[in-house]
Amino acid sequence: MIETKTETQVKPESLKIVTDVVCPFCGTLCDDIKVVLDGNRIVDTMNACIIGNEKFKSAQAGHRIMTPMEREEGTTEFAPVSYDYAIEKAAQILANAKRPLLYGWSSTSCEAQEVGNELAEVCGGVTDNTASVCHGPSIMAIQTVGAPCCTLGEVKNRADLIIYWGCNPIHAHPRHMSRYSIYPRGFFTERGFDDRTLVVVDPRPTDTAKQADIYVQVEQGRDYEVLDALRTATRGEDIPDVVGGVKKEQIKELAELAKTKKFGLLFFGMGVTQTTGKHRNIDMAISWVADMNKYTKFSLIPMRGHYNVTGAGQVMTWQSGFPFAMDFSRGHARYNPGETAANDMLQRHECDAAMVIASDPGAHFPVSSMKWYAQIPTIVLDPHYTPTTGISNIVIPSSIVGIEEEGTAYRMDNVPIRCRKVIDAPEGLLSDEEVLKRILNRVKEIKGLPAGTHH
Amino acid sequence: MVKPKVTTATNEILIKNGFVYDPASGINGDVKDIAVQNGKIVEASKLTTGARVIDARGKIVMPGGIDIHTHIAGPKVNTGRMFRPEDKLHDAGMESSSRLIRAGGGFSVPSTFTTAYRYARLGYTMANEAAMPPLLARHTHEEIRDTPIIDQSAYTLLGNNWLVMEYIKRGETEKLDAFVAWMLKATKGFVVKLVNPGGTEAWGWGKNCVSIDDPVPYFDVTPTDIIKGLAGANERLGLPHSIHIHPNNLGHPGNVTTTLKTLALTEGIKTHKKSGRTQNIHLTHAQFHSYGGTSWKDFFSEASKTADYINSHDHVTSDVGFVTLDETTTMTADGPMEYGLHTLGHLKWCNADVELETGSGLVPVLYSPASHVNGIQWAIGIELALLIKDPMKCFMTTDHPNGGPFTRYPTIISWLMSKKARDAKMATLHKWVPERTKLSGIDRELTFYEIAQMTRAGPARSLGISKKKGGLAPGMDADIAIYAFNPKTTDAGQKPEALVKAFERSAYTIKGGEVVIKDGEVVALGNSKSTFWSDADGFDNKEVTHDIVDKFLKYYSVTLNNYPVQDSYILNPTVIKCGPLAGGN
Repeated sequence: MIETKTETQVKPESLKIVTDVVCPFCGTLCDDIKVVLDGNRIVDTMNACIIGNEKFKSAQAGHRIMTPMEREEGTTEFAPVSYDYAIEKAAQILANAKRPLLYGWSSTSCEAQEVGNELAEVCGGVTDNTASVCHGPSIMAIQTVGAPCCTLGEVKNRADLIIYWGCNPIHAHPRHMSRYSIYPRGFFTERGFDDRTLVVVDPRPTDTAKQADIYVQVEQGRDYEVLDALRTATRGEDIPDVVGGVKKEQIKELAELAKTKKFGLLFFGMGVTQTTGKHRNIDMAISWVADMNKYTKFSLIPMRGHYNVTGAGQVMTWQSGFPFAMDFSRGHARYNPGETAANDMLQRHECDAAMVIASDPGAHFPVSSMKWYAQIPTIVLDPHYTPTTGISNIVIPSSIVGIEEEGTAYRMDNVPIRCRKVIDAPEGLLSDEEVLKRILNRVKEIKGLPAGTHH
Repeated sequence: MVKPKVTTATNEILIKNGFVYDPASGINGDVKDIAVQNGKIVEASKLTTGARVIDARGKIVMPGGIDIHTHIAGPKVNTGRMFRPEDKLHDAGMESSSRLIRAGGGFSVPSTFTTAYRYARLGYTMANEAAMPPLLARHTHEEIRDTPIIDQSAYTLLGNNWLVMEYIKRGETEKLDAFVAWMLKATKGFVVKLVNPGGTEAWGWGKNCVSIDDPVPYFDVTPTDIIKGLAGANERLGLPHSIHIHPNNLGHPGNVTTTLKTLALTEGIKTHKKSGRTQNIHLTHAQFHSYGGTSWKDFFSEASKTADYINSHDHVTSDVGFVTLDETTTMTADGPMEYGLHTLGHLKWCNADVELETGSGLVPVLYSPASHVNGIQWAIGIELALLIKDPMKCFMTTDHPNGGPFTRYPTIISWLMSKKARDAKMATLHKWVPERTKLSGIDRELTFYEIAQMTRAGPARSLGISKKKGGLAPGMDADIAIYAFNPKTTDAGQKPEALVKAFERSAYTIKGGEVVIKDGEVVALGNSKSTFWSDADGFDNKEVTHDIVDKFLKYYSVTLNNYPVQDSYILNPTVIKCGPLAGGN
């Protein structure tokens, strides 16, 4: 494949292949990507899935923001400005706000998140990452009942039962099944696919469900009931004839099947975290998995979305104590999802300025939240044009971590990997980390604090 | 973070007239001056006239404290912070953001910045992270990078590693040596750490190895083989510290048998003494391994058996793992033990098995003074510290946060130095505590000299860093603690509360020649914070390289090229060169 391209498109001697590249798209965080370069141009990728390939190509597809911009008050028109000007403006907005919201973080490096967390602290603001609208309920469930987990290599080497519940990896995490769960041949799973049983639980017969040995079609919004019934059946207690649209026999079969396996793994996605029941669903799922360890070995792993949403939670937790929805407005760190998460703040008009970093609430938050966002001074830091950039006051572009910058990211199973720099960023663009550092230093100046980061 | 290159004398401090306790030099409370220049201790005559003078009259001066075993950085520590938001609620000392201080906190698992402030306030200047899963080493080092002031290192978990077990099974010692050396380089690790050897791999299948003779499923080796194998490799590599072991069967009644059998395994192994240490095995949190009885009901202390063994053998050092009777968070690479705790107390349970290498688990624990088990655990820790005659063999730890948070060290010191203090505590505990332990009959009260051995000179020697750390001799790092306690006018045995007060907030902590704490408050972060790791050269082996490549191609979920911790994660490393090319240590 490479040779075809080299012959038809470019001179072969100018091509270079970078190996072991980490894909900065989803929480699967594949680190075996090869990127084919012609000078500083990405020609192609190998091993990447269709989304990952697109992520690398989009870096040079012409829809990048190439200069900081300021929106003219009351219009949708943007005027180009310098980095110095944009950073000064951003620092003024954040330093003068009483309780700014800093939101996003999930598509940038831990190094940038570390600076951002200090920025939130120095501003007495609230910082939140995209787990807030994604696996935040999973975190709340873990805070209630814990979580037996393992790394994805454990799944590859040992698991003989895989359950995907409320997730559709074929489309959302395309290489998940081939790298870690169903298809790979591992140490104790030499026959790969043949050694494993795949169960899919989903209201829709998804493309993942089509691959399943057992497909359980749960009624929409009834995951809690089915999980509870599964847990009850596992304990040998009786359950109703039909629960959440699933027949008693099928639930009991699943409970018995799980007990006969040597190593089970429950992967779960937003179909359970963001539907009726939210953290209660995950609470029940975890409780069942913990119970299963009386009979065999069983673990679970959340299907985290953004490639470094896991890292955002890690950084916030080790620096200040809480994984998302963290409020510094009283000087110390507070955490109360429902009060201190991004949407709570926006819907109650409790933030008087906002900065969005490496994410796109404009496309994913309720309109009612974004209506307030549009009324307060706002800053966005992003390499690309997004619905969020269109309604922000100050737009600051940056280079892309994992393509144009190095930096740490955490896979969905909490394995940290250092993303690689493959090409140079367009001339003049700064990294997220650098922009945040400059804003932080300026905010400290304005507030009369000593310069430099505190480590 | 880079140490400034200073050509002229700057940064001079003269600490005058303190009661100096420096066991490494045999100084026992003598009134002496300690001089500091450019981050090092110097002879007082070397100072210029511009030195800052600290009047330590009527105060205690010791080297900075060294914690030989604590859990303060890395994946399981952060899981502890994440899954217990209530731990912040229980923390009366949550730090607020200020000019110098980063916000944070947590009673049993503080955030990284807070951890550093709290250690420094106790007069501690080095804390060693006792369990680093190799695949997740990058995480541990990121947290170390965000922990200011104090020196740190991390111990690489190797006791359940597949290649380690395969080489041991095949008796391939040269390959084992090469692999261990490579692992320490790849993870920037300081020490070879074993946690429930074989048992955590067995936990991959929901099983365990509770005795040193239980075979590890599939791998066909026993904990005995793993312990002897790694102890041998450790000495052949000439690493600064010995193997550091959390034996099998932790926390179970009657486990003292396993503990004594474990310690006997390395009796015949020649100790590499170039780094100044005398032991070839370090028994960590000995308290959790000194239990008698057959069940929790007839549970009793066997501290004297462990102490007798350590008293009569020179190849062992230990740390205690005191239980402080607090609500805390337990965390360990001993996965099956934590599952056992979960089934015992039904509190929330986290687990994190790591492919080909290790595992971990976490459960909150509410040590209760009303429980006879918890009370006896409390007593066993103190018995060990009092029954082990030489404090250079028995060090201060709570296995933070497993037995309790490190912030309780001053209280523990009061129990060790004051029979009055421990008797008062004992009176609040279950009536079986005095019946099933020997603590009431022990009159020994430790001296400040002995406390300095337990917390400074001892850990430094055991870790093999006693040329730089744990003492106040000229040439050593200027890591110093000053406590506002006058041992001549105040009897620690009679005034334990005054002792606690003085040791909870040092009058001064000096790190690398800079005053970082004054009157219990952080006044600077210093620029001497360093990460220690062990670099053993001369063990390259092509077949081992081939084996490693093979494991990554087939079984790991990351590529080999993305595995080793990059240099950029270690801001100011202290690389301890070892192995034959370095002439030993």
